[in-house]
Amino acid sequence: MKQAIELNINGDTHEILVSPNNTLLEVLRDKLGLMGTKRGCDLGACGACTVLINGDAYLSCIMLAVDAIGKEILTIEGLDEGGDLHPLQRSFVENGGLQCGFCTPGMILTAKAILGEEKHPTEEVIKRKMAGNLCRCTGYKKIFEAVMSVTEQSGKEF
Amino acid sequence: MEKELNVVGARLPMMDAAQKVKGTALFTDDLILPGMLFGKILRSPVPHAKILNIDTSRAEKLPGVKGVVTGRDIPDRKYGIVPMAKDEYALAKDKVRYIGDDVAAVCAIDPEIAEEAVELIKVDYEELPAVFDPLEAKREGAPEIHAGIKNNTSFAIRKEFGDVRKAFAECDAIFEDTFYSQPVNHAPLEPHAALAQFDPLNGELTIWSSTQIPFFLRRNLSNTLQIPESKVRVVKPKVGGGFGQKIDLYAKDFCAAWFAIQLGKPVKFVYEREEVFISTRQRHPMYITVKTGMKKDGIILAQKFQAHADGGAYNSTAPTMIALSCYFLMIPYRVPNLIYEGYHVYTNKPVGGAMRGHGIPQARFAVERQLDMIAERLGLDAAEVRIKNSIHAGEPHPAKFIINTCGFSDSVKKAADAIGWKEKRGKLPLGRGVGLAGASFPSGVSNMSHISSGAVVQLGRDGAVNVLSGAADIGQGAETVISQIVAEELGVPIEDIRITAADTGITPLDPGTFGSGVTVRAGNAARLAVISVKQKLFNFIADKLEANVADLVAKDRNIFVKGSPEKGMTLSEALKSYQYADLPMPIVGRGSWMAPATEPTTLFKEDGNFAPSYSFMTQAAEVDVDLHTGKVKLLRMVTAHDCGRAINPMLVEGQLEGSVVGGMGQALYEDVIVEKGQVMNPSFLDYGFPTFLEMPEIEAIEVETDDPIGPFGAKEAGEGTQLSPAPAIVNAIYDAIGVNFMELPITPEKILDALEEKKNRKNSRSDQCISHC
Ligand code: FES
Ligand code: FES
Repeated sequence: MKQAIELNINGDTHEILVSPNNTLLEVLRDKLGLMGTKRGCDLGACGACTVLINGDAYLSCIMLAVDAIGKEILTIEGLDEGGDLHPLQRSFVENGGLQCGFCTPGMILTAKAILGEEKHPTEEVIKRKMAGNLCRCTGYKKIFEAVMSVTEQSGKEF
Repeated sequence: MEKELNVVGARLPMMDAAQKVKGTALFTDDLILPGMLFGKILRSPVPHAKILNIDTSRAEKLPGVKGVVTGRDIPDRKYGIVPMAKDEYALAKDKVRYIGDDVAAVCAIDPEIAEEAVELIKVDYEELPAVFDPLEAKREGAPEIHAGIKNNTSFAIRKEFGDVRKAFAECDAIFEDTFYSQPVNHAPLEPHAALAQFDPLNGELTIWSSTQIPFFLRRNLSNTLQIPESKVRVVKPKVGGGFGQKIDLYAKDFCAAWFAIQLGKPVKFVYEREEVFISTRQRHPMYITVKTGMKKDGIILAQKFQAHADGGAYNSTAPTMIALSCYFLMIPYRVPNLIYEGYHVYTNKPVGGAMRGHGIPQARFAVERQLDMIAERLGLDAAEVRIKNSIHAGEPHPAKFIINTCGFSDSVKKAADAIGWKEKRGKLPLGRGVGLAGASFPSGVSNMSHISSGAVVQLGRDGAVNVLSGAADIGQGAETVISQIVAEELGVPIEDIRITAADTGITPLDPGTFGSGVTVRAGNAARLAVISVKQKLFNFIADKLEANVADLVAKDRNIFVKGSPEKGMTLSEALKSYQYADLPMPIVGRGSWMAPATEPTTLFKEDGNFAPSYSFMTQAAEVDVDLHTGKVKLLRMVTAHDCGRAINPMLVEGQLEGSVVGGMGQALYEDVIVEKGQVMNPSFLDYGFPTFLEMPEIEAIEVETDDPIGPFGAKEAGEGTQLSPAPAIVNAIYDAIGVNFMELPITPEKILDALEEKKNRKNSRSDQCISHC
């Protein structure tokens, strides 16, 4: 049985018809065309589908859309600030923290969640919390440097 | 390199980096067309069987299903990425050869219905005996996987250079060892996908595909669908990594095109992660026996090398792969006398294909490991042995390679110094060790037909530069590198360049991303094209300035006489006066480039200069082995790297870092586990490639050379660095715990078993000197 639900995504309220077993990823990509959220495994094992729910990182491929009702969902499309890149986005660009770019939205959102929790996380914390986001291209080094360089200049709110 | 460079050599972000961080970069599965249908493949559940009957009636009747296709419906055309090795149908015709083989496909109004429909297809199989090991598959009486292929050996190559028998007789010591290298999945983060659309009015098919080889895909689609190449347009959207896995036609490409043509509607296929693991390609597992003869001082006189590659059910790149593993035994070391025997053997398992390094990492693992084992036996320093045997630029080569530049021996010294070889090797406490290994890789290949690239550069009156290139950027940054080359020649910033690449309907021919040839081949084509534009403009400006064309310089959007910047004009003034002189606009330049080959040779049949240039590198690893858990941690990997001039050092580092971590995965973690033909770990959870937590310290040291053939002296930088991490790590493990591992990957269980065995047995060495020792 389909039901109509309302989801708050990137500040907009969307009314969508979903089945109870629809994942949030299906809704974002297949119903709303928010293609920045990637499907790498559909099994909760790669992090490409990461979105923020009330500021915390979630894997949208293993989260039911109905469980996101009433929460603030942020996808990569909602991150930049009026066209200006978010500091994390800029840092990924400048530090070469991406190659093919498929893991990139998930990486950036996970990093944002970490920085939302603590302003100056240690290297170990970053590595541990980002370990669920896989990248096959970069060897992680430049992604790590991109995140570190933002934490170093942080003090700002993310 | 007297020339002062501005854009080439700069650490510029990729031109599409902003799109990628904003999530607006579109990959194949991100594309939506009106009225789009969705496809799904039915795969074989058995490793080897005759197809007796396929009943599709129930699937066809399911509401929402628009079409079903089986192997019986499609043209009788085999395909294969290497023309001489075609052995595969887009959908199995009368036999399946591995679990996961493509049997049938459906197309429906949504993915769920398509999935339900494939399950309604009933296939009657008559199971056949199957074989899962190449050595067994090669024996008389083994099940025949492809009709008429004796001993399941689809390609065998035997090459002899020099006088091997005589050379072995002159050796002071001869060693023979056998190694095994495991299957590894490329695991690009983007699953394979295709979207096809057909226009019945003009008979044109357009397909967007996650491919590394748009032009070869066009050819294979044309051949298998039996429609002219001119009616097939392949467009490459962003590709989420390939590493060689996206060098092939797959059922998803063929079936998307097939249904689009049949139904007149756009059709999309996307593979699930499990399908990527099971039904695409993997690095060939390989058994390798190396016999090496040396003089007392460590000079290699002769080698005999025998390789059995487990090809799985089909050929894919078989002949290229075994030719590569043969020829690259003769570089970076001087091996004057060599016998190589290589076999590509079918088994009822997932299919081997090109993967970063392509046949060479397996061989390097064996050779680099054995060199260390021999050095130890003969009481020689393993780094010294490598330096002694290093080839050098300009030397005659047994297979007629022309080596214009070679930084190999330097790279050994630099890598050894950086890792602290003298202080550490053999001197660290139990559980800690250092090791190194060397390698070389071609910058693309010379000796094959069809391997040339074209480019078009247009300069408009507003100074905008439009580049058309066939090069397939799969995330490595090819479009950025090509644009840097064009910007450098024209003396403009990269912001002035707009590039359209890899669309067979628009851009010139290019073979695609493989063999690490893109920068040299497509870069040279673009350079020729922009030079032609520049010549037209310079001829005109030289008259105006009363100067020699040869003295003009383009820099910072200005054109002026070398040494007198005041004598010149801005590019925009130049273009304006060009236009007002009634000369035709835009100024267009074309270039096509192919590696210079002295003899028209092919990989498989002849010798000759294999590549336009060769990269060289030594990689040195420091590891920590936890004696209680058996876990190995790669602490640090140093790469001393001769890749010529880096067009974009940040991108080159990115390639290197990705390769080091990929090589570490091969050494320590990754293994496609197959039991009776069934892949047991076809998911990211079970397969376990490296994460942030395993990331080592990675350091790169430049060994600069100035290659005469590459654009601005560039050589390959994409694949070579994945050849020697694995042997360097395993050599370091020997240094740490004194155990010689002969099989990859080195899992904690293997470490613990070996330590246990070592306790029980004093001498754990498995190498053997078979004469004179
Ligand atoms: S797609 Fe959700 S974790 Fe991989
Ligand atoms: S950049 Fe390709 S997967 Fe991370």
